[in-house]
Amino acid sequence: MTTTTTVAGTTVDLDDEGFFTDPTQWNEDMAREMAAEEGIELTDRHWTVVRFTRNEYLQKGTGATVRMLGKASGVPVKELYQLFPKAPAKTAARIAGIPKPRGCI
Amino acid sequence: MTTRIVILGGGTGGTLTANRLRRRYRPDEVEITVVDQDDQHVYQPGLLFVPFGMSDPEDIVRPRRRQLHGGITFVEAAVDHVDVGANEVHLQGAAPTLGYDVLVVASGARLVPEETEGLTGPGWMEKVFTFYSPEGAAALATALDDFDGGRLVVNVVDMPIKCPVAPLEFCFLADWYFTERGIRDRVQITYATPLESAFTKPIAAETLGSMLEAKGIELVPEFNTGEVDGAGGRLIGYDEREVPFDLAVVIPLHGGAEYVGRSPGLGDELDFVPADEHTLQSKVAPNIFVIGDAANVPASKAGSVTHFEGETLVDNIAHFLAGEPLEPTFDGHANCFIETGFHKALLIDFDYDTEPLPGRFPGPVGLPLLKDSRLNHLGKLLFQPVYWHSLLPGRDLPGLSSTMPTAGKRYAAATKED
Ligand SMILES: Cc1cc2nc3c(=O)[nH]c(=O)nc-3n(C[C@H](O)[C@H](O)[C@H](O)COP(=O)(O)OP(=O)(O)OC[C@H]3O[C@@H](n4cnc5c(N)ncnc54)[C@H](O)[C@@H]3O)c2cc1C
Repeated sequence: MTTTTTVAGTTVDLDDEGFFTDPTQWNEDMAREMAAEEGIELTDRHWTVVRFTRNEYLQKGTGATVRMLGKASGVPVKELYQLFPKAPAKTAARIAGIPKPRGCI
Repeated sequence: MTTRIVILGGGTGGTLTANRLRRRYRPDEVEITVVDQDDQHVYQPGLLFVPFGMSDPEDIVRPRRRQLHGGITFVEAAVDHVDVGANEVHLQGAAPTLGYDVLVVASGARLVPEETEGLTGPGWMEKVFTFYSPEGAAALATALDDFDGGRLVVNVVDMPIKCPVAPLEFCFLADWYFTERGIRDRVQITYATPLESAFTKPIAAETLGSMLEAKGIELVPEFNTGEVDGAGGRLIGYDEREVPFDLAVVIPLHGGAEYVGRSPGLGDELDFVPADEHTLQSKVAPNIFVIGDAANVPASKAGSVTHFEGETLVDNIAHFLAGEPLEPTFDGHANCFIETGFHKALLIDFDYDTEPLPGRFPGPVGLPLLKDSRLNHLGKLLFQPVYWHSLLPGRDLPGLSSTMPTAGKRYAAATKED
């Protein structure tokens, strides 16, 4: 189910868990606004993670899992949980304007 | 010239691939070599039963060689690395380098407990165990035997893991085991999982979640284990939540085989090999194929999946050798019996697009799906002889096609994911 909402003054499509269904609709202002809604102010460290997972999506068709982020983004898992409490991979993906990472089955 | 096919790993996938290929090609057409680091083929689904004394560790192991048909060369050596550009496999020790025309990666998944802080530290194999290895399962049998009450915690550190239902089955069997021993009221069973609910797929998660509840097993969802404090008896989450235990059964992180990491360009960050999810050709090189747990594809890491992949894999190797286009025939089909204790089991059947549904399998008069029954428990037990005598020889299983059957399923219940 997709709903149309306004983020940072622009109309975008989000799924029922708040993930972008069309990553091309995203821009960095939206990232800041969506982060603020989660109570997060984006620092450089946050951006490292957000850009990494967005890039993963663009290259591989799915955003990174926490383990992948911990191994490859340059930000250790412990810090990921400090930056994006509770669910780092999902929160980062939401802010990065990509669909929910295809977890593992 | 004879075509050389080298298969890395002589477990479920490697064995059934070798046997299927041997039937398809004459030895003067295709030379088949299987490499494995040891000669002990473990029936891994049997590991679930070892801790409860329902299966003997020795009864689930057979020599690898004996599962391979005549005309297949078995090399007992550890792979050091693959030189993708040179089409060569380098082995450890004195074994000579193997050149290949087609390579099949079938080296499964590896447990990496050392990646979780404290997991292999104090208390490991004393009050912190895993049943995912033969040694772990055997040691846990002794520990369960000695356990007279307290907090038993079953914990999945993170996905992906082999057979994602096995930890739940462990909980159900523990409930039964302690009931039989008459001490169930003295044991608190907790299941701590990184998932949002009992399982990955919503409809099955609901069924399995209510079964946990009915059996008095506490579910701790969204728990991401950051550290295991064996001495202090607690799991510590990355979010600083704690789960105390007297006995912990931990399913460690999984990765692909180590040599994958030593082979430039072959694997991903976790040492799994990326492959096309429908053809099983690797994304690394056209002459490298992947089967089973070693593959980075969005399918479950299960023996049944490996079996269903076998047909697609061998057909596509044949197409590749004949210079024909590959066929995208693998649909992610998985079929799992879930032991629920008290001589019952539940059956789930799903693929990439369809989540496990209620109904009957494979058709309207078949086994009940998503519902526990004695018949399904017999199905689970039957899987062991079927594994040695049909699945490994690479036979198609009667009544079980590799693509997911739809006839007996109640689609009305479906709320497709995404
Ligand atoms: C506790 C448990 C319960 C399970 N229950 C079920 C179930 O009920 N149903 C089900 O369908 N599946 C179940 N599974 C999963 C199933 O066992 C696996 O998915 C299946 O065996 C995968 O086959 P594979 O060929 O990919 O890997 P494996 O059978 O594990 O084979 C991989 C092989 O590669 C070899 N290897 C690795 N590295 C090297 C190297 N460097 N050099 C040489 N050789 C190497 C290994 O020695 C191994 O023999 C269970 C697994 C576990 C652990």
